[in-house]
Amino acid sequence: MAIVFRRLALALLTIVVVALVTFIVVQNVPGDPLYEWAMDMVQTSGLDFETAYKIAAQMYGYDPNEPLMHRLLAYVKRLLRGDLGYSMIYRTSVNRIIAKALPWTVFVVSISLLLSFSLGVMLGTVIAWKRRSLLDPVVTGYASFTAATPDYVTAMLLLLFFAINLRWFPSKGAYDIGIKPGFNLTFIGNVLHHAALPILSYTLEALGGWALAMKGSAVSVLGEDYIMAAKARGLKERRIVTAYLARNSILPLITGLAISFGGMFGGSILIETIFNYPGMGWFFSQALMRKDYGMMQGLFLLTITATILANFLADILYAKLDPRVRLER
Amino acid sequence: MRTFLQNRRAVAGAVILMLYLLMATIGPILVPLGGQAPGEAFQPPSWKHPLGTDYLGRDVLAQIVHGSRDVLFVAFLAATFAIAIAISVGILAGLKGGVVDQALMTLVNMMLTIPHLPVMMILAAVFRVRDPFSFASILALWMWAGLARAVRSQVLSLRERDFIEAARLLKLGSFHIIFREILPNIVPYVAINFVSMMRGAIVSSVAIMFLGLAPFSATNWGMMLNMATIQTGAIYIPQALPYVLSPLLAIMLLQLGGYFFASGLEEIFNPRLRAHE
Repeated sequence: MAIVFRRLALALLTIVVVALVTFIVVQNVPGDPLYEWAMDMVQTSGLDFETAYKIAAQMYGYDPNEPLMHRLLAYVKRLLRGDLGYSMIYRTSVNRIIAKALPWTVFVVSISLLLSFSLGVMLGTVIAWKRRSLLDPVVTGYASFTAATPDYVTAMLLLLFFAINLRWFPSKGAYDIGIKPGFNLTFIGNVLHHAALPILSYTLEALGGWALAMKGSAVSVLGEDYIMAAKARGLKERRIVTAYLARNSILPLITGLAISFGGMFGGSILIETIFNYPGMGWFFSQALMRKDYGMMQGLFLLTITATILANFLADILYAKLDPRVRLER
Repeated sequence: MRTFLQNRRAVAGAVILMLYLLMATIGPILVPLGGQAPGEAFQPPSWKHPLGTDYLGRDVLAQIVHGSRDVLFVAFLAATFAIAIAISVGILAGLKGGVVDQALMTLVNMMLTIPHLPVMMILAAVFRVRDPFSFASILALWMWAGLARAVRSQVLSLRERDFIEAARLLKLGSFHIIFREILPNIVPYVAINFVSMMRGAIVSSVAIMFLGLAPFSATNWGMMLNMATIQTGAIYIPQALPYVLSPLLAIMLLQLGGYFFASGLEEIFNPRLRAHE
């Protein structure tokens, strides 16, 4: 139990340190992030610069003339209230942006994870069981190919061929503007049509890795006595593979799955940007490209919190699932 | 050498990497960057322009060749920096032990759980990176942790060996122990990691360039992709296909070469892997 607390402490410490470092980095941005915002307000609403600057500072919760400690205190107070900050380019709170973006990202990434994980586990089990089959080199070759290809290259290729050249799929958005969101077939079909290529990119990228991991794990399980015993008892092949081989070899993969689920809150920055899919990753890249530090900080904090907590939960979960595993320092 | 030549993956990887190395070193001399020719935008591949032209009628092949130099240079710097940090931290933690070791390993564990790409992107965006050295430093800062942990465990096992014990008894000093006894034993292990480090650095640096967060080299493949997708939207023009495909395929082939070479080397130096095949 003590080890669990130590792990939790490390996880929380990491989150705090990262939040603090991001805060300091963003506060010391070269140049004045408020300047452009204030200038923009002067042009659009005709305020004088002084007032505009003050309003901007208030909305952003940032006044470069205050000492750093004061600003930090104000930031922590807002965080504790659950306020993740303010976006300069969208003129709205980061919480609102997350409420809009997160469902799309969770939708796409969870479908992709389930697809790639279940397919990968199936392929991995089959090639571990039938070592001499033709499927083994095919899957292994595919896995090394995807391990070598960055996800954004896969996404770009899919976009170029299937969205732009063949026009089978749309190249931007989560659904067409003309369609009213609602629980009906047209809307759901449209949403799936838009999500298909992002889902395909994630799945193609992750599939090979899961298959290889499962193969590795299953090969070591094959050497266990209980597999031999099951064979000796004359159990059906199907039963040996599903109940004895797959069930035992899937355990080490659960950690990876939990970590991937945690990582999904950030989405994939590049895949979502390439398909113009309005999830967390797309908004994050907008924040980066247009230097919206408030949104950058808020989205990043949520993402790393989810990732780090998922890492922690994965460790605990793994030890719970497999009593042979002892948590080490 | 024999075992190397027998390993087809390693040889294929080495050949690909050599081609890229040639392209990056003497390529820019052979294929000069041409000027703009707005009338000749998005030309299909021809003898004059083997990979076609971009939205300003510039030769794509020349950009790919010049870009290979930028991409490889940044990745080389980043991998070098990261390995220097990893070796220092690993040896320090392994030899000193105690509180130093604990503090450094806590730091390593923290860095390993933080998603790297978003952090690198934030740093590149905030500090407005404009030169390869600061860009490589930002990348390296998030690349060393895994290797440092591996170096530490190597040092821990080396520390118990007789020759280190002998050196210690002879009072040869920690300078001698580190540079004469420990480093030579780690070098081969670290060298294998160099290619993988460069591969990782290429993936991240091109991604950051893709978003236009480190705009200092117009021919970097990431920058080419940024121009084609985000700046000009050229990818939505069907005729631009060869122009957009070129940097993508260049990255893919380089990554495959690096992957084959690294996994081939690993098989050679780690005989246990060979038994699995």
